[in-house]
Amino acid sequence: MIAKVGVVVFPGSNCDHDAYYVCKNLINVDTKFLWHKDTSIEDRNIIIIPGGFSYGDYLRCGAIARFSGIMPEVIRFANNGGIVIGICNGFQILCEAGLLPGALLRNNNLKFVCDTVSLKVENNKSIFTGLYDIKEDIKIPIAHGEGNFYCDENVHTDLLSKNQILFRYNNNPNGSLDDIAGIQNEKRNVMGMMPHPERASDITLGLTDGYKLFKSVVESVV
Amino acid sequence: MEVNVEIAKSLGLLEEEYNKIISTLGRIPTFTELSIYSVMWSEHCSYKNSIAELKKLPRSGGKLLVSAGEENAGLIDIGDGLAVAFKIESHNHPSAVEPFQGAATGVGGILRDIFTMGARPVAALNSLRFGNITKKSESDSKEITERSKFLFEKVVEGIGHYGNCFGVPTISGEVYFEECYQDNPLVNAMAVGIVKHDETATAAASGTGNPVFIVGSSTGKDGIHGATFASEEISEESESKRPNVQVGDPFTEKLLLEATLEIIKSGIVVGIQDMGAAGITCSTSEMSAKGNCGMKINLNDVPLRDSNMSAFEIMLSESQERMLVVVKKGEENKAIQIFKKWDLNCVQIGEVIDEPNVKIYFDDELVADIPAKSLVLGGDAPVYIREKKIPEYLNEKNNFDFDKISLPDSFNITLLKLLSSPNITNKNWVYRQYDTQVRTNTIVLPGCDSSVIRIKGTDKALAMKVDCNSKYVYLNPYKGGMIAVSECARNVVCSGGKPLGITNCLNFGNPYNPEVYYQFSEALRGMGDACKKFDTPVTGGNVSFYNQSKDYAVFPTPTIGIIGLIENIKNIKTSYFKNEGDIIILIGNQNSNELGGSEYINHLHNLVTGDAPDIDLEFETNLQNTLLELINADLINSAHDVSDGGLSVALAECSVMNREKLLGCEVNINLKFRKDAEYFGETQSRVIISCNKNSVKKIFETADKFSMNAEQIGIVTGDRIKINNDIDLDVNDIYTKYYHSLETVMNS
Repeated sequence: MIAKVGVVVFPGSNCDHDAYYVCKNLINVDTKFLWHKDTSIEDRNIIIIPGGFSYGDYLRCGAIARFSGIMPEVIRFANNGGIVIGICNGFQILCEAGLLPGALLRNNNLKFVCDTVSLKVENNKSIFTGLYDIKEDIKIPIAHGEGNFYCDENVHTDLLSKNQILFRYNNNPNGSLDDIAGIQNEKRNVMGMMPHPERASDITLGLTDGYKLFKSVVESVV
Repeated sequence: MEVNVEIAKSLGLLEEEYNKIISTLGRIPTFTELSIYSVMWSEHCSYKNSIAELKKLPRSGGKLLVSAGEENAGLIDIGDGLAVAFKIESHNHPSAVEPFQGAATGVGGILRDIFTMGARPVAALNSLRFGNITKKSESDSKEITERSKFLFEKVVEGIGHYGNCFGVPTISGEVYFEECYQDNPLVNAMAVGIVKHDETATAAASGTGNPVFIVGSSTGKDGIHGATFASEEISEESESKRPNVQVGDPFTEKLLLEATLEIIKSGIVVGIQDMGAAGITCSTSEMSAKGNCGMKINLNDVPLRDSNMSAFEIMLSESQERMLVVVKKGEENKAIQIFKKWDLNCVQIGEVIDEPNVKIYFDDELVADIPAKSLVLGGDAPVYIREKKIPEYLNEKNNFDFDKISLPDSFNITLLKLLSSPNITNKNWVYRQYDTQVRTNTIVLPGCDSSVIRIKGTDKALAMKVDCNSKYVYLNPYKGGMIAVSECARNVVCSGGKPLGITNCLNFGNPYNPEVYYQFSEALRGMGDACKKFDTPVTGGNVSFYNQSKDYAVFPTPTIGIIGLIENIKNIKTSYFKNEGDIIILIGNQNSNELGGSEYINHLHNLVTGDAPDIDLEFETNLQNTLLELINADLINSAHDVSDGGLSVALAECSVMNREKLLGCEVNINLKFRKDAEYFGETQSRVIISCNKNSVKKIFETADKFSMNAEQIGIVTGDRIKINNDIDLDVNDIYTKYYHSLETVMNS
């Protein structure tokens, strides 16, 4: 099987082209946009829900996008073991859709924050992080107003015991519980992270630590 | 409503203008018509008090494809079949009364100007000015500084909110704090877009019978008379004008962007214009006048948010995120389908007619019937040549005796104070709130001399910057105008960019004050001379008068936005030191005996006085050409302009600007003048470069070729900044002052 990436475009997605560019031009895999009104993900076997402000983030981040036409198909795909990656707004949407546990609250200083942060790879046994070293420190940009990860104690215990935490912040920029920056689901086929690996995949822009995430996922499809 | 001269005056028209309307129409206008004239002939739309002076700026030459005023924004060729569209505009008065929405809609308006050209916005910039946020003098009460902090905080939030959601990286800007901006902050927003030559759109209507569509948001009662509000002074009553401020919806704007680019690409668009100031009125009349035609418009077809709107309210509404589009007849359905895909309105409200008039119908009644050309700039809109008078303060200020200022006791302490001055300190508190990287093109982030984005699919990159030192313009409008352009150009050159053209946002006081008009006229003369010398035509921009409150005007502030082309991304330079052992060379002007207008005198002595620094445009051109040659020959590792705070601040910035790698320096300056002028004076046309030891000889040879002065002043080394025997500081202390001062003030 070869990797075929689908990048979902909601009204208000604005990192859709960035994720597309990395997959298509840097990883060199078959990549396509999927329109939010579509009801099929066609022949795609990796789905990326990109960053941005889907539906203006009105009501609550991701709360409207989860009702979008394509989402039942994405949920069905995920429940059948399909690979889904949510980045930033995509992470928020996957939480709203119930594909990932927890929620993203407003940053603890109530301000949007754009910066490059240092993350620690907490699990390199996932299909998303297989090419990283365990406890590797990586630099990835963040850009969000609502990236403060929160979950209740039971969920947190589960995340820990089931090795679902993929990335932690070395210097927590938003108040996230337990410094959590990225997680996967229990079945290990859906992941979400607030930092933007697609902004750290091109040597021309200076940072390359995000490249391995896309490469790991693509190489996992065989 | 019966129309008479009193009503005309209450709408902001002069008696002579009212009489001109009667003679144009050959009758007394209806109230709707009078309202239309009042906004179209407001300063904001007509440029009536500025156009005579604006014509002195070079508006052609270089690689200009579309010149100033012809279209929504200027267009410059960058090769590879691509062009760059860019423009800057003010949103000062709305931001004074409603800072969040005022600033947000300022960003929205300028983005629309770019994508109505068919260009996808690739970067946003801004230039901001507020009153003091720290206590500089006795008159700065807690209430005043807190108010300025509030305005600053909300404006930054508004800009971030709009740009981040829209998905354009906000990559560069400037922020200054001076008492004169206390009641009247300046909020200037710039946007830059890229378009293929054969996918541009025009703002002219044409083709009798072609349908006219309104697209985007529905029309509401917000922003009515916004253009008139922009054309009067801020006063106690301005607070009551809050309803004149529009409310922005960046989500709809993002959809409008995608739909607009899609319809332009489809080839069915005849003409398209953004609805900014004066909404339907301005777009219908300007598009008609440009295309030598007229339009028949039925207001009953306009999608409304509020069913209870009168004709003049619909005509003057400045509801955001709307466009007027003229489509080829027969392609109506295609247009509707494209906008439907993006869930946006696309409703036909009229058609192009073979008459010179714009005819507006409402409830089957002809409520306005006006020759389009009579409304617009370049048509019959009034043009005034205002009286000028040399400002009284100039003589006293220019002859200030700096011997009265004693040398500081400690240059170390003075340097640390300057690095924590809100005007100099790093603005990371601001740009951390802006998404600077969306669209993955940003190569040089905010903080360096200019910011740089790459152009995917090419080897090229664009360097861009906004800049104006208004203290200089206040002290010497002519020199200040020249410096504003020169410094901006120097900044993009330091990044490796060849300046292509400029856009300007001219923020001044009341033009009916002859002293203000003198500042305006002289600053423009200075800008014009500099632009001609650098072959950087003015592609457009905006004039904002009436920036004053109580009895004084803001410092004259002609903000310059500039674009520089970097032919190959390999030739991008950053400002900061790179390697231990590199040689530091000061290149440029050696007459460093100027304290006038400096931030040192302003911050430590609370004085804006003296004369602006001298500027020799021939010398400046040679300096820029030298730098470009050095950069393109890969001879230097960094280049940083010496500006606010002078040589010592510039060296400190070179040491700490790369937060990942702080590098000290040892510098010996051959002192010729008083020490504070040598260390903190702001003499123009100077750049600090650093290089590998092996390149020194070639650098001096290149400088010689351009008759440019170059002096080896030190070496990059260690973790301290040492300048002669006067300054000796740990780079970590410099780092703390430079990066945390603004945050400390804002969180206090």
